Amino acid sequence: MAEEPIAQELASACIGPDGSAIGMPQLCGEWVGNQVFWLILTLVAIYFVLSRVALPRIAAILAERQGTISNDLAKAEDLKRQAEEAEKAYEKALVDARAEAQRIAEETRAEIRDEVAKAQEDADRQIAAKTAESEQQIAAIRASALENVEAVAKDTAEAFMGALGLGADRAELDGAVDQRLKG
Amino acid sequence: MATETHGAEAAGHGEGGGLVFHPMDQFIVKPLFGDGAVGIFTVTNVTLWLALAVLCVIALMVLGTSRRGIVPNRMQSVAELAYGFVYKMVEDVAGKDGVKYFPYIMTLFMFIVFANFLGLLPMAFTTTSHFAVTVVLALAVFIAVTVLGFLKHGAKFLELFWVSSAPLALRPVLALIEVISYFVRPVSHSIRLAGNLMAGHAVIKVFAGFAAIAAVSPISVLAITAMYGLEILVAFIQAYVFTILTCVYLKDALHPHH
Amino acid sequence: MEGELAHIGAGLAGLGCGLAALGVGNVAANYLSGALRNPSAAASQTATLFIGIAFAEALGIFSFLVALLLMFAV
Repeated sequence: MAEEPIAQELASACIGPDGSAIGMPQLCGEWVGNQVFWLILTLVAIYFVLSRVALPRIAAILAERQGTISNDLAKAEDLKRQAEEAEKAYEKALVDARAEAQRIAEETRAEIRDEVAKAQEDADRQIAAKTAESEQQIAAIRASALENVEAVAKDTAEAFMGALGLGADRAELDGAVDQRLKG
Repeated sequence: MATETHGAEAAGHGEGGGLVFHPMDQFIVKPLFGDGAVGIFTVTNVTLWLALAVLCVIALMVLGTSRRGIVPNRMQSVAELAYGFVYKMVEDVAGKDGVKYFPYIMTLFMFIVFANFLGLLPMAFTTTSHFAVTVVLALAVFIAVTVLGFLKHGAKFLELFWVSSAPLALRPVLALIEVISYFVRPVSHSIRLAGNLMAGHAVIKVFAGFAAIAAVSPISVLAITAMYGLEILVAFIQAYVFTILTCVYLKDALHPHH
Repeated sequence: MEGELAHIGAGLAGLGCGLAALGVGNVAANYLSGALRNPSAAASQTATLFIGIAFAEALGIFSFLVALLLMFAV
């Protein structure tokens, strides 16, 4: 327990001959000066190290970190805002696209309807023209048929009269046939 | 005399035989080189352990922060923790205008905390267990705070002792009590620190003495372990208490009005 | 004879350490009960707690010191 014994002639008044303390070492007057001297030296050294080097450095580190953190927070806020804007723009684009698609569909439908109507109209008109032409032809045919009937009737009447041996005047015969046909 | 019986006891039992308690021997100041007497400038074990405290402070606060990392490594975050701890203490207790004196208080805290913890190493010499050391610390605080109070407030600093909220008849009595308690401050301030450290180390040494008896040595070792844990706590708490009381005294000097 | 009396005195002074323990326990117990009633205010009062413990403990340390003085310095 006792550290290496100190030679008795050199031992101070506070250390017994066996190297252990006499009384409390804390109250030994002859050691006070030594402790106070080295303590003051120590405190001055620590004070200079702290106030010149360590504390400004740590304060700078903490301030820098604070700055970085608030910077990063601002940046994050900015990015969030940008993301929100992008989302809004995307949604707007989506809505626009939907409206555009609807418009185009509507237009196409209207166009097709117009075209169909126009085609139908054309067809109707062609059909009408064709009908009119046919009617004309039929009328012509009918007219020519009537004419033919008249001629055939006159020819037949003449022949018939000839056969009967009556022999009639052609002009008289024609007039009678005309009259008959009209009648 | 007790000292004579003590000496005779030690001589009678001899070293290592029977129960020999030398709980105070760990506090002996002795020269590191040679066996001469201890003068003021002699390099002693006090010098060694004070120097180690300085080296530890430098290692933690200067080398530990040399990387200046935005993301701190282990040493740097401990240094920042110590900085923030003391800074917040000064700001909270002494107020905004006390922050000016933060380096001094940081010096006290770092020195005491490292001296206390270094003293816990086996075979170490505990510098803060000596009244010579703690009285210097406490007197430095006391004188600095008193001078600061008078410099800042002049004679108005004496209002610290004049409790204006008390009834007039009581004030002189209170003033006397306040003055006495003011002058007892450095005494209790220093004895608290040295006494706590010395008490803990002496108790551990006494338990270590009991370990020589085979029957009780397991209990003794357990008790030493438990005391050691308590001493680690005490080493920090006493540094904290010394620092925070310094802040309280500083607040009294800066704002002497009750 | 004087030495034995000093040892008895040291033992008596040692009682002060136990009494200081009562004081420290009292401080801590009251702090804890207060902290459980109002946990939000507890954190701000830890400094006061330690100051109170330090003051209570200091007196116990004084009696321990008296005991040491009687043992080793008288």
